Amino acid sequence: MPSVESLSGIAPAASRAAPGFGALLKVELLLVLRKRADIANPLLFFVTVLALLPLGVGPEPELLARVAPGIIWVMALLATLLSQESLFRSDFEDGTLEQVTLSPQPLYFAVLAKTAVHWLVTGLPLALLSPLLGLMLNLPAAGYLCLFASLLLGSASLSLIGAVGAALTVALRRPGLLLALIVMPLYVPVLIFGTGAVQAAIDGYAYSAQLAILAALLAAAAALAPLAAAGAIRISVDN
Amino acid sequence: MPVTPESQDLLQVRDLSCRRDGRRLFAGLSFALGAGAALQIEGANGAGKTTLLRTLIGSAGDFDGRILWGGSPFPQSLPQLRESLLFIGHRAGVRAGLTPLENLVWYGAGRDDALRALEQVDLFGFEDTLCQELSAGQSRRVALARLYLPQAPRLWILDEPLAALDVAGVSSLQGQMAVHLSRSGSILFTSHQPVALAGLQRIDLAEYAVDEFADEVGGAYAFG
Repeated sequence: MPSVESLSGIAPAASRAAPGFGALLKVELLLVLRKRADIANPLLFFVTVLALLPLGVGPEPELLARVAPGIIWVMALLATLLSQESLFRSDFEDGTLEQVTLSPQPLYFAVLAKTAVHWLVTGLPLALLSPLLGLMLNLPAAGYLCLFASLLLGSASLSLIGAVGAALTVALRRPGLLLALIVMPLYVPVLIFGTGAVQAAIDGYAYSAQLAILAALLAAAAALAPLAAAGAIRISVDN
Repeated sequence: MPVTPESQDLLQVRDLSCRRDGRRLFAGLSFALGAGAALQIEGANGAGKTTLLRTLIGSAGDFDGRILWGGSPFPQSLPQLRESLLFIGHRAGVRAGLTPLENLVWYGAGRDDALRALEQVDLFGFEDTLCQELSAGQSRRVALARLYLPQAPRLWILDEPLAALDVAGVSSLQGQMAVHLSRSGSILFTSHQPVALAGLQRIDLAEYAVDEFADEVGGAYAFG
C-alpha cells in the first residue's frame, strides 16, 4: 500500500516519486506487449526474406552455405532498422517525450530502458531464431553456436545505435530512408565482426576475439548511444 | 500591462522577446509571478502564447531578455524550476497504450492518490480502460488529473487547459486551480476563455506584438 501523503500542503520537489529504471522497463514492456504486431512484423520480415533467398540465388547447398552468415546478419540488421523507426514516435506524438525531457531525472535511463525493451522484443528473438534459419540456409554445423552468440551481442549494439538515429529523426513525418542513411554506416563495425566471427567458426578457427570485440562495441554503445540519443531527443522536442 | 515585480516572486520575466523560426513574435514583455498568484496569457492564434510557455520551461531557447526563477537567471536556474514544475502542453503527455491509472502512476503518483484524482476528473470507472479508447476530452482529463494529485508541484504551466473540456470540467478545474493557489502554488496558463479566479492577472500578448515588417527589415540589416 502506498503511504498516504499529506493532502494539504504542497510536497517539496524532492518527494516527487521518480520512476526507477525497473519501473521504466516495466512500463515500456507493457506498452510493447500491447502492440504485438510491432513485435511480430520484423521477425516475419526476417524469416520471409531468408526463405525467399534460395529462390533468388538458387538452391545449391554449397552456395547457400557460403552466403548464409552474411545474409543472416544483413537481414538481422534490416529487421532491426525497420522496427526502430517507431521507437520514439508515439511518445513524441502524445507529448510523453516532452514530459520526460522536462523531468529532473536524466533522459539517459529513459532511453536505455526503451532500447533494452526494443532489444528484448527484436534482437533477442532474432538470435533465438537464427539456428533455424541457419538450418534453412544449410549453414555448417560449426557455425550455429557462434551465429547465436554473435547475434545476441551484436543485435543489442544495433538497437542502441539505431536509437540515436530514431531520436534524430523522430520529429520528421516520414523518416524511413533518412533513418537508414544515418544508421547504416554506423552498423558497419558490428556487421564486420559479426559475420567475421561466424565465418571463422565455420572455417574451424577460434572466434573468441571477434566476439570480444562485439562485446566491447556493445559496452561502448551502451555507454554512449543513450547519451547521444538523449541529446537528439532534446533537439527534436525543442523544435 | 506589466505587473510590478515583488521581492518574493518565484518567476520574473524582464523585457522578454521571443522568436519562432527567426520571426519575432513579441517584445518587451515583463511580468512576475509570486506564490499564490495566477496569470492568464491571452492573445490571438499565433501571437506566441505557446512559444512563451515553452521558453519559460526551457524548451525553446530563441529569446532575448531575462528570465529569473527564485532570483537566479536562466539557464542556470532551469533545473530548479523543472523540479517544481508541472507542465501540460498541447500534447497532453498521455500514453494511448496505457490506462489512465497507469499513466498517473508513471507520473509518480501512488495508486490510491491516482484513483482519487481520476474520480475528481469524472473518470471513475475508466481507470482500467486503455487511453486510446477514451474520447479526446476524456484523455485530456487524464492529463489534467495530474493537477489533482496531492503531491502536485508548486508551479503549474498549462497550455490551453480548458480546451476540450465540458462545462462541469471547466468549473471543476477552476476549483482545483483555486485550491492550488490557496496552498500558495503558482499558475501560469493560456486560455481564450475567461477564467473565474480570485486575483487573476491577465496579459494580452497583442499589446507586445512586434511590427513584423519593420523588424524584418531591421533584422536583415542587423544579422544579414
